[in-house]
Amino acid sequence: MKIKVPFSAAIAILFGLLVLAGYFIEIPWLSDLHNMFLQWAVILAAVALLVGIANLASVHWTKASSEQNGSFYSAVLIISLLITLIVVGYLGPTAEWSLWIFNNIQVPVESSLLAILVVVLTYAAMRLIRRRLNLFSIIFIGTGLITLLGIAPLFGVVIPGLHGAFGFRTLIAQIPAVAGARGILLGVALGTVATGLRILMGADRPYRG
Amino acid sequence: MIPPNLFGIGQMGLLFVILFFIILVIFAFFGRRRPPAALREIPAFQKLWRAVGLAVEAGTRLHLTLGRGNLSGLQSGSALIGLSILDRIARTASISDRPPIATSGEGTLGILSQDTLYNSFRAVGQGGQYDASLGRISGLTPFAYAAGTLPAIYDEHVSTTILSGHFGSEVALITDASERVGATTLAGSDEVSAQAVLYAAAQEPLIGEELYAAGAYLKAGLFHNASLRAQDVLRWVLILAILLGAILKFLQIL
Repeated sequence: MKIKVPFSAAIAILFGLLVLAGYFIEIPWLSDLHNMFLQWAVILAAVALLVGIANLASVHWTKASSEQNGSFYSAVLIISLLITLIVVGYLGPTAEWSLWIFNNIQVPVESSLLAILVVVLTYAAMRLIRRRLNLFSIIFIGTGLITLLGIAPLFGVVIPGLHGAFGFRTLIAQIPAVAGARGILLGVALGTVATGLRILMGADRPYRG
Repeated sequence: MIPPNLFGIGQMGLLFVILFFIILVIFAFFGRRRPPAALREIPAFQKLWRAVGLAVEAGTRLHLTLGRGNLSGLQSGSALIGLSILDRIARTASISDRPPIATSGEGTLGILSQDTLYNSFRAVGQGGQYDASLGRISGLTPFAYAAGTLPAIYDEHVSTTILSGHFGSEVALITDASERVGATTLAGSDEVSAQAVLYAAAQEPLIGEELYAAGAYLKAGLFHNASLRAQDVLRWVLILAILLGAILKFLQIL
């Protein structure tokens, strides 16, 4: 097997191996190195966040300055971004006006999206019946309904055998749901390890080089 | 100096990773000489290839969204798979009038999506088609990310939306928008709650490890096939270990 490894990949592989070794082997200098690299990664992620904000602003600036659909909303985003940057940058993140922006704009907007999400999820359940009506879909929706009824009794009526510490809802939540979730998570964990190993071997390179 | 807990959890983990690596290399080595093993049918991947072809022919756009997982954490796996998918579809669909776009909710993912698109376009001689705005960050909080992704679906003639990454329940807003414009939706995540939402909301959900098989199904290379086979072997090893542990616990040996 002949694998051509460019410089950037060699750097990624070297640092990846050191971090992995530091995670598993408890040798003081290796642990220190592991922690230092992770701190660097956090700093780089913060820089990437700034790049991300610049990217977001650039995409919406292009859109706002054109006649495309939704250019008005892009303009609103740019203005909001500028106001927030000025207020939070000048007064600080815990200042009265910064918190006012957070509590009176960010929180209500996200709460309203959460409310929309409830409707969207209900609609998705209905759509599932229309699109894939099979045994698994029926079990999925049935379990969802039983869990919902178990968490929030309809009109406050407590159904014997459903509610309570030994009720059917608790039984579902603690045995089949946990067993299923663990099975799924094992698959996800194996997939994640495989993906990580491919990156460490330089077989997958999601970066320029 | 010998560490005090030589056979602790950490060392067991390291042994597991080394075992995984050895099995992967063995499958990769023998995989070169043999034709790739037949893979079981996963409808989502069959639909994906069809969607890529249709998008190129009809001049519509493929949209891939990578979630908001942190690359330095455990959530990175599904997003990295998303980048592999992006690479494969960008190579095929880069000749389209409307090249694929990628959205994400995290800074590093945004940069990597741009890099992946740039590399893919260059690899097929379409470097001139590349535009940095094709890889974009749509928002940095869960709902801002979901809300910021919606205009990409509504306004950019998207015919297929692929979701691969770390999401929460807000992912339903993205799949709903995709349904509304009549686009095909294929989706997988590492998060169990998002998988539950996607099972109901996506046309073609990828459950559990199915998402991680994407590279093998999209013919991304020898190591993707090898790692898929290594996962199969190690899944049985884990099942046997769990059963053995349960029996030993039942017999009060453990």
